[in-house]
Amino acid sequence: MKIDKDTVDKLSTLAKLEFENEAKDGIVNDLSRIITFIEKLNELDTEGVEPLIYMSDEVNVMRDDEVRVEITQDQALKNAPEKDSDYFRVHKVIDN
Amino acid sequence: MNETIYDKYEPVIGLEIHIQLNTKSKAYSSDSASYGGMPNSHVSPISLGHPGTLPMVNKQVVENAVLLGLALHCDIREVNGYARKNYFYADLPKGYQITQDTTPICTGGYLTIKDKNGAEKQVSLTRIHMEEDAGKSIHDVDPFASLIDLNRAGVPLLEVVSEPELRSGEEAFQYVTEMRKLVKYLDICDGNLEEGSMRCDANVSVRLKGDTKLGKRCEVKNMNSMRNVQRAIEYEIKRQIDELESGGSISQDTRSFDAVAGTTFVMRSKEMANDYRYFPEPDLPPIIIKEAYINTVRAKLPTLPDALFKQYVSEYHLSVYDATVLTDAKEVSDYFNELIKHTTNYKSAANMVMGPIKSYLNEMAIEMVDFPVSASRMASLIVLIEEGKISHSVAVQKVFPEMVLSSDKTPLAIAETMNLIQESDDHALKEFIEQALSKYPDKVLEYKAGKIGLIGLFMGEVMKLSKGKADPKVANKLLIEALAY
Repeated sequence: MKIDKDTVDKLSTLAKLEFENEAKDGIVNDLSRIITFIEKLNELDTEGVEPLIYMSDEVNVMRDDEVRVEITQDQALKNAPEKDSDYFRVHKVIDN
Repeated sequence: MNETIYDKYEPVIGLEIHIQLNTKSKAYSSDSASYGGMPNSHVSPISLGHPGTLPMVNKQVVENAVLLGLALHCDIREVNGYARKNYFYADLPKGYQITQDTTPICTGGYLTIKDKNGAEKQVSLTRIHMEEDAGKSIHDVDPFASLIDLNRAGVPLLEVVSEPELRSGEEAFQYVTEMRKLVKYLDICDGNLEEGSMRCDANVSVRLKGDTKLGKRCEVKNMNSMRNVQRAIEYEIKRQIDELESGGSISQDTRSFDAVAGTTFVMRSKEMANDYRYFPEPDLPPIIIKEAYINTVRAKLPTLPDALFKQYVSEYHLSVYDATVLTDAKEVSDYFNELIKHTTNYKSAANMVMGPIKSYLNEMAIEMVDFPVSASRMASLIVLIEEGKISHSVAVQKVFPEMVLSSDKTPLAIAETMNLIQESDDHALKEFIEQALSKYPDKVLEYKAGKIGLIGLFMGEVMKLSKGKADPKVANKLLIEALAY
């Protein structure tokens, strides 16, 4: 897989990260190396093998529709870097 | 603008409806899913997206999805997986929404819509999948920050996606109307568009009539009432045709409806389109749905409004209008069904529900479930009218208001106490008629000479003498007999 500056730009947009232009060459290089390393797996023949998604054979693990109060509002807000008495406060986000 | 320009085009509309389920707890965690409560009080480490937490599927969500799927004639998938839809937003603490991607629980199926004249159209469905709601962001309270309430984060949703088979804003309105009615009958959602427990997005495009290729489409969001769905789509159709006719092209944007201006504006352009990087959710093991389970859910299906409508029209011979009003809400048709267990006078029962009962509910601003008169008491009022003991107007104007006040008195007892029972006893009536006729000997001669309109005068006198209790039908018959010789 070809990694170039456009790939880095796209990924940084999706990851909400910003990089200096000079840093991008280094990132292209690092990403290319890790991808090449992982691409080694392509040498295996996986024809007819279902992708492994779950780490157990369990199915239908469900719970009854019952309410359990596990934490209070105070506890919910406790670890937030910014909050008021009722809400989490975050940087102003207007969907555009 | 020339009308014929718009006639050259065919609008193509598909709808995505998000149905917020009325379960007690959330989709993948046990915190309360109920609306209201202090901000951030209906939360848990799972819905807050804390690391190391594991979601677990709410049984009721699966059952409700199957219920809706069966009601919409869908195929129910046997092996269901969940997926993560990744995007960053402050009210989505995990950074992904747990949804279904490649294995929606329901596929195919259709919803039948009706136009004003009762003409039907089947709108095909693409899929229904299970997912979770995000929290709520508040942008207009604090000038320097957005406020986040996660009470809604993780509340279960079903997303119903239609095929692009709708052809007008009016049809879209009918589609949302029928879907809303259905989820309320199934009692899986309160169907409130204004409060957001049902949300509708529309994919709208236009093409020249006869074209088989679809035009470029725009997605329209934020239509928070049934009428706004129609208005937004109608505006969007016109906007796209105007754009094409003036030589422009349609940009594949996400647009938002401005209900005040009645217009749509760009929310997200195609360039800004998200890349959600769906991948399987490994934390939720697959849900396997077998035929036996589907049958137990099927047994819970109530009679659906569509079937009731047909029954009311073809079996009970009610008008399309009556049947539409009676099947508009489950509580109303439930009451009507209960009523006609006690009387076979369907038209009269329909009139009672749509007339005095509905006005009473409106006046008191209460719901059908809180209506104080039982169906069997109400039915005995209808029987009183049928037996000729009281007239319809006396029933509605005098007896009915008493019935809603007292919880136990029968309509007959009320009518007797208020001295409202009609005289249909021939002997008593004949005496009134004799008195009436002897009061106007001249008029009797005039009547006999052919001035038959005078019957009204005699009837009026009979009613007066009987203090309004004479059964008009019987009195009229006896009066004509008395005047015949």
